[in-house]
Amino acid sequence: MVKVTYVAHDGTQTTVEAEDGDSVMHAAVSNDVDGIVGECGGSMMCATCHCYVDEAWQDRVGPRSDGEEDMLEGAACEVNDRSRLSCQIKLGADLDGLVVHLPEEQF
Amino acid sequence: MSRESVVIIGAGQGGLQAAISLRQNGFAGAITLIGDEPGLPYQRPPLSKAYLHDGNAEALRLRPDSFFTSKEVDYLPETRVEQIDRAAQEIVIAGASGKRRLGYDHLILATGTRNLRPPIAGVERSCDLRTLRDAEILRARLSQPQRIAVIGGGFIGLEFAAVARKLGHEVSVIEAAPRLMARAVSSWMSDHFAALHRDWGTALHLGEAAVAVQGDGVTLANGTTIPAEFVLLAAGVRPNTELAEAAGLEIENGVKVDACLLSSDPAISALGDCACFPDPRTGRPVRLESVQAATDHARLIAARIAKGESAAYSALPWFWSDQGDRKLQIAGYADPDATEEAVAEGIVARFDAQGLAAVETVNNARVHMKARRLLASGAPVALDDLGEIVAA
Repeated sequence: MVKVTYVAHDGTQTTVEAEDGDSVMHAAVSNDVDGIVGECGGSMMCATCHCYVDEAWQDRVGPRSDGEEDMLEGAACEVNDRSRLSCQIKLGADLDGLVVHLPEEQF
Repeated sequence: MSRESVVIIGAGQGGLQAAISLRQNGFAGAITLIGDEPGLPYQRPPLSKAYLHDGNAEALRLRPDSFFTSKEVDYLPETRVEQIDRAAQEIVIAGASGKRRLGYDHLILATGTRNLRPPIAGVERSCDLRTLRDAEILRARLSQPQRIAVIGGGFIGLEFAAVARKLGHEVSVIEAAPRLMARAVSSWMSDHFAALHRDWGTALHLGEAAVAVQGDGVTLANGTTIPAEFVLLAAGVRPNTELAEAAGLEIENGVKVDACLLSSDPAISALGDCACFPDPRTGRPVRLESVQAATDHARLIAARIAKGESAAYSALPWFWSDQGDRKLQIAGYADPDATEEAVAEGIVARFDAQGLAAVETVNNARVHMKARRLLASGAPVALDDLGEIVAA
């Protein structure tokens, strides 16, 4: 199991235990974490799973995937260099303890 | 005074989204979500894609069990609705615990569609791909190599064909129309995907109607038989409107709703695949079969019920289909009679009397997103504007 902490826009923190290989989006949705929608189920069609990777984790999370940059253009909130589509971040032991911050809204 | 109550008939992605959005908008009344399938609500799009490969049903689940308790949504699976009594504002439901009546202040119809079963002799020998149960059966059938015939060259049939081919089966697709996905995409895109599927080794029989399904294959109108041990029927769907019709609601290729997604009864809304609504761009009645329409409809209806908002529906349609390693993306919505202009390789613009209606792209998220923004802005778009986007 891999621990992930979601920091909501109002500062509320939720930590969940995710399966190895799960995405950061799916771990949020399947644990009922508000603030991540993932409308298209991880098909990179909707940009409603936007998150900001915590600075301390940026290097380990790695770069955006093909097409992710383009889809992020559709995100509802400001996109910066820490922005990712959380469906494209796959969890593994190397990301145990990951912290991501959530935007104010996804639409 | 008793608590205000909303009843949602249909626990697909749209029905569930209505429940989610009602709570997000602060609705404090009772919410009942009724579905006729077992288990928790799940996503359907992956059933013809990822699920056939990985068989991971848990990954399809839209919300965990805890959602329904924490958000106080009374979820009734394996429950059928038998009647809507509009005068009493009650419905009659039948489930494991028998029959009972359930009152509502507002009713949301999210009844979706069911597969068309065309008048083909022996059609009962074919399988469907609509529910998780269907997909489980298909997955089991795909475990040994065989000859597979797919009746219907639309999105579901082609997505399935691409997966089956990749798994090493011999695949034939039979489509009565002269081209693939004819109702939804340009002829350029139809031809493009026909060439791809043929490259992948799938036999395409276009402009050929299936007339009979036998134990050994599918017979076409021209008399030839396509040998197959297994037949998938993917010949389109029809909206589930019987309940609404029996209750006297206006029906027009679905439950007819106005720009606020209200039916002819102001206590009843309809959303998603079963709803026929005015296209925000053209005003023409349209019914869309997509996650986008279902969830955007749900959010608008929830905001109206919870907060009294009266905004007209204005969301831009978007759609995708994964076939093999290609992602077809459509921004906007074009009627089948819209004209088409190939802007560049893999980029097609569709125009109608009001101007640019839709942009179709293949494996091109950049142009797809730019087209979505352009179309959502509502500004008039010329072909040159699209050319600039592509070149940028």
